[in-house]
Amino acid sequence: MDFVTLRNKAIEEWQALWGSGKPLILVGLATCGMAAGANAVLKAIEGELARRNIQANIIPVGCIGLCYLEPIVDIVKPGRPRISYSQVTPEKAIKLIEDYLVNDNPRPDLALGTFGEDRFANIPKFFEHPMLKPQVRIATRNCGHINPEDINHYIAKDGYSGLHRALAMPPEDVIKEVEKSGLRGRGGAGFPTWRKWDEARRSKAMPKFVVCNADEGDPGAFMDRSVLEGDPHSVLEGMSIAGYAVGTPNGYIYVRAEYPLAVKRLQIAVDQAKKLRLLGDNVLGTEFGFNVNIMQGAGAFVCGEGSALMYSIEGKRGMPRVRPPRSVASGLWGLPTSLNNVETFANVPPIVTNGGDWYAAYGTETSKGTKTFALTGKIGRPGLIEVPMGISLRQIIYEIGGGIPKDKPFKAIQTGGPSGGCLPYSLLDTPVDFETLTKAGSIMGSGGMVVMDEDTCMVDVAQYFIAFCRDESCGKCVPCREGLPLMSEILERITRGDGKAEDIQQLRDMGETIKSGSLCGLGTSAPNPVLSSVQYFRPEWEAHVIEKKCPALVCKALINFYILPDKCAGCGICLRACPVEAISGGKRLIHVIDQEKCIKCATCLEKCPERFSAVVKVTGEHITVPKEPVPVGTEAK
Amino acid sequence: MATDLIEQMRGILAPFQGRQVVLIPALQAVQEKFGYLPEVAMEEIGRVAGVSQNVVYGVASFYSQFRFTKPGEHMIKICLGTACHVQGAASLVESLERELHIETGKTTPDGKFSLEEVRCFGSCALAPVIVVDSQVYGNVTTTKTKEILDEFH
Repeated sequence: MDFVTLRNKAIEEWQALWGSGKPLILVGLATCGMAAGANAVLKAIEGELARRNIQANIIPVGCIGLCYLEPIVDIVKPGRPRISYSQVTPEKAIKLIEDYLVNDNPRPDLALGTFGEDRFANIPKFFEHPMLKPQVRIATRNCGHINPEDINHYIAKDGYSGLHRALAMPPEDVIKEVEKSGLRGRGGAGFPTWRKWDEARRSKAMPKFVVCNADEGDPGAFMDRSVLEGDPHSVLEGMSIAGYAVGTPNGYIYVRAEYPLAVKRLQIAVDQAKKLRLLGDNVLGTEFGFNVNIMQGAGAFVCGEGSALMYSIEGKRGMPRVRPPRSVASGLWGLPTSLNNVETFANVPPIVTNGGDWYAAYGTETSKGTKTFALTGKIGRPGLIEVPMGISLRQIIYEIGGGIPKDKPFKAIQTGGPSGGCLPYSLLDTPVDFETLTKAGSIMGSGGMVVMDEDTCMVDVAQYFIAFCRDESCGKCVPCREGLPLMSEILERITRGDGKAEDIQQLRDMGETIKSGSLCGLGTSAPNPVLSSVQYFRPEWEAHVIEKKCPALVCKALINFYILPDKCAGCGICLRACPVEAISGGKRLIHVIDQEKCIKCATCLEKCPERFSAVVKVTGEHITVPKEPVPVGTEAK
Repeated sequence: MATDLIEQMRGILAPFQGRQVVLIPALQAVQEKFGYLPEVAMEEIGRVAGVSQNVVYGVASFYSQFRFTKPGEHMIKICLGTACHVQGAASLVESLERELHIETGKTTPDGKFSLEEVRCFGSCALAPVIVVDSQVYGNVTTTKTKEILDEFH
């Protein structure tokens, strides 16, 4: 079947689905939706439809990015706009079927928004939602809108048109189009995509490889997972176009094993694409053939680094090697290999379809297009966003993210995962692009953004990242292998309250040594979280080493819990909840925490009824309490 | 028992004949079946991939996915990604260790639960997250860990 016929058939099928006269129900079934309970919602919907004998089409879709509102269910009644409902529970889903499908009340009080031009009274437009309005969705264009396990949905939404168009162009022109778009590596390094393709194409050695890096290892990042789970064909199409441009039939995709659903959906996508001759020999009846092998990672963060990833595909220990030669000259099995990230590939099909200039119209002078970010931490609306490059951190946090919960003050934003840094309030107006973030002391990275408020301890966060890199160091370079455990030890000492004033300088010196003495991205960037934190949050570090205080009340050795005698009502709730029996008391007696026994788990603080609020957490402060439980009232002066 | 195991292993490994490229998929297939890598598997896998047992152990021990001891009936994984860390995952580790009377990385004496730390499931918007077998639990608190364990008792 030629592509035009294939496409028309898919569009017809898509239109038939939407115009079938039956209601359409879209359920967000990515990992995040499922974790929020989407499977139970789906079951409830199926059960209720069967019970009422209502014919409807249910479409499982990927994540639309509003993770904090999951599970999300969209209902489309014939001839009506699509309405999105958020935080749907099984009970709410059953109610919606009754109210909307049966009694025609769209329940504006429960609705999040409508899609398209047609409106309902009292229901806002979906894309007017403050989290969505500033977004431009290119890599995530189909996530949440199509069934990722049905290739025809993707084709109906312009899918594989980029490949079809590319196959009619000379490969050099495809590369030129990508050059015009200004697309740079979305894995974080920002290397121009076209140059990798061009160098791999020019190389004389054969065979060559196109590899997709889906080893999304940065903790706090899930952009690639969302794309793979919500729109796997966009990645396969991008890889095929790269294969055509580079001149190779060999594709590998290296996915981390922690993403079982992504692996499953990719496999389904590969099988479906093969069936329609969009993958395999003679793609769309041309001379060009392209195969994709899915390879699962085995839990090594360092394999996100190019050369380590390729050794891992070869079945070896994933240890980076000296560069040059770069992998475009000597990659997989020593042969020319173009390695690009999931998001990079997902951007390629629309670039080829709409032209490089279209894509380059978004973004800044040096960073074109859009970037996806996983917005998490102390933020009102955690989720997955895609924004034009150049947007400010402030806009991302306050406009899109809805600011910090409970109106607490913003303290820092961590970008770039373990290789990045923490930026303070004074840098909130920094535009997000590759160069500016690097200059500020962090990096763009793959897209993790963790927001921190006053309850986050910067020393603790630095310790966390150093411990992470220490555990994940492959052990090849001495400064990384030996230096990170030493830094980790010093950091642990500081959080224990045994820090010395000179520790801060020593950490900086060691950090610089590790940076200059390591081979790969892990080692050369591992000290960044410490260096940027010391640079911007020095008073907090000094509070730890000099005053032995943790201002954020996080470091356990530096904090204490007390029960305030004038507030304790002697109810006994904390006493019963304490897991280590550190609280003594009795009915109508003021309770007392044994500081020796207390493990600082904060259970008493969580459990003390709000009307009493008798438990406090303090640092470097002693609160006078009775030695033994005494009757309530006797302590009040 | 051991011969049984070898027979089963041969069945699992049949599709993997070839070069070293099959080593990690073969290790994964064996672990998928048995929950860990039994000692007898290493020799078989080496034979299939055409490499020495040294290489098999070298590779298997490099990757954190691979286990050399039998895991418990239920696998509890605590996410220690950045978002989970910032939202208090460390106290979940302590709480679960206390509840189960084991350290992270160990299995309860009755073989019921294993406890592991994982770096990021990519479900950061629901932090802190724990995963029991394949069930994901979001916004977990120390109080909630008890309830979750009760579901599996």
